[in-house]
Amino acid sequence: MRLSRYVFPVMASLGFGFLYLPILILVIYSFNESKLVTVWGGFSTRWYVELFQDPQILDAAKLSLQIAASSATIALVLGVAAAMTLVRFRWFRGRTWLAGMVAAPLVMPEVITGLSLLLLFVALDNWLGWPSGRGVTTIVLAHATFGMAFVAVIVQARLRDMDLTLEEAAMDLGARPLTVFFTVTLPTIAPALVASWLLAFTLSLDDLVIASFVSGPGSSTLPMVVFSKVRLGISPDINALATLMILIVGLGGVFGFWQMRRSTHRRSS
Amino acid sequence: MRLIAKFKSLQRDWVSWVPTLWLGIFFLIPFVVVLKISLSQATIAMPPYLPLFEWLEGILEIRLDFGNYLFLIDDPLYGSAYLESVRIALVSTIFTLVIGYPMAYVIATAKEPRRTLLLLLVILPFWTSFLLRVYAWIAILKTNGLLNGLLMALGLISEPLVVLQTDLAVYIGIAYTYLPFMVLPLYASLSKLDRTLLEASEDLGATPWISFVTVTLPLTIPGVIAGSLLVFVPAIGEFVIPALLGGNDTLMIGKVLWNEFFANRDWPIASAVAIIMLFVIVGPLMWLNRINSKIEEAQL
Repeated sequence: MRLSRYVFPVMASLGFGFLYLPILILVIYSFNESKLVTVWGGFSTRWYVELFQDPQILDAAKLSLQIAASSATIALVLGVAAAMTLVRFRWFRGRTWLAGMVAAPLVMPEVITGLSLLLLFVALDNWLGWPSGRGVTTIVLAHATFGMAFVAVIVQARLRDMDLTLEEAAMDLGARPLTVFFTVTLPTIAPALVASWLLAFTLSLDDLVIASFVSGPGSSTLPMVVFSKVRLGISPDINALATLMILIVGLGGVFGFWQMRRSTHRRSS
Repeated sequence: MRLIAKFKSLQRDWVSWVPTLWLGIFFLIPFVVVLKISLSQATIAMPPYLPLFEWLEGILEIRLDFGNYLFLIDDPLYGSAYLESVRIALVSTIFTLVIGYPMAYVIATAKEPRRTLLLLLVILPFWTSFLLRVYAWIAILKTNGLLNGLLMALGLISEPLVVLQTDLAVYIGIAYTYLPFMVLPLYASLSKLDRTLLEASEDLGATPWISFVTVTLPLTIPGVIAGSLLVFVPAIGEFVIPALLGGNDTLMIGKVLWNEFFANRDWPIASAVAIIMLFVIVGPLMWLNRINSKIEEAQL
């Protein structure tokens, strides 16, 4: 038993350390007065002040949040429709096509997705005059497409686990399929919907490569601004930005864990 | 009655056709467009390529330019970039597997609520900015960075190690960012493992290592393959990690495509690079698809 008692736990602890040490360092150094990483110049919040006084970052953050919210919402609707089709409507004729396409964006290298979507948008613009030019619309369309894949995977898993008897009971009692879907299915999978919307939102907020391809002049998203700054070297205000994002995600994670524990307690009691 | 049934099936069809058509338009057709442009000639205009089909006085002229592909074959830069990408992705995948397997094992054998907590700890970094997590490694790995500072302070090295802007930094970056993709499928297959088989093998006198190698590992191979492919395939085309952590001589195909497109503005060559990259990843992709459908069947 030594393997599972000592070797693996030690290796796993190292793995968790590997996962969290860089994040911890980012947070610590966001409060460093000095601009150099190896020098600790004392505690300071000056990088946060600088961050909030940088109009370029603030504008890009606002734009990114708008794009993330709209693309995640489209992705949620499309992803749920795709998941319902794959799990419940086995007779759908396009099912094999959908099944093949829905998971592919998860592993497709981003440079290919970005380039191919850009070329599509340029071609569509030439033929139909829509979408005219590139900017927020094209980024939203692109992000909705890959966000949908993540939504479909999460919701599919949840739908498979779901107790079918609930839906059958509602139908036996005379509810129409659409009513069943909105009053039984959706409330049951609500946590998965929240989780997948948030994931689509974060992925959109984080995407550099696809957005760089399909964006136009004047629509620089937050990752694009961050990337151009980071390429020139370390900039401590980016540490401050990272810390704020980690704080938000961390709080979300704690909240999610607490919710999950509460729901399992309720179920077992 | 029949009309109502028809209406219902229409409603259902509509729910199914919208996502299918969406993916057809925004995922499948774009590849056709890429293929088309990879066969056209570059020019200085907007968009910077010449049309493939032209209607000239009643004659449909189709011009397929294979020059882009010939150029890719001719210039050794591209061939070695593809090979380098596959090599770097492979080494990084092995890195990720070695780090991820013990983590998945510990999570799968933990009791609730520790199990949920540990799972959450694996997933959580995936939700924070990928770009910023890659950036964090610059401060650690650079010549006057934290790692060298620590090692020199401990007296382990006298000269700073050059890690940033080498392939090693790229391996670390890929393993670090893709770790959740490896751990989750591994966890899924480890948690389904029948523990009585391990007890049986130990009752029969096998040492823990022997039962791990002969029982646990073979039974979790589907998880190992699924996790490895989920890391390997996207890593081949990775751009951000080699751009930030790799050196100028770190030749990865994602970076080459990016430069052809943004620096040289040669859309046809960039398209040809993408088409060949698709051929490189289509094999592993189909393998992954087969494993997924097998797992799906096993769940039904």
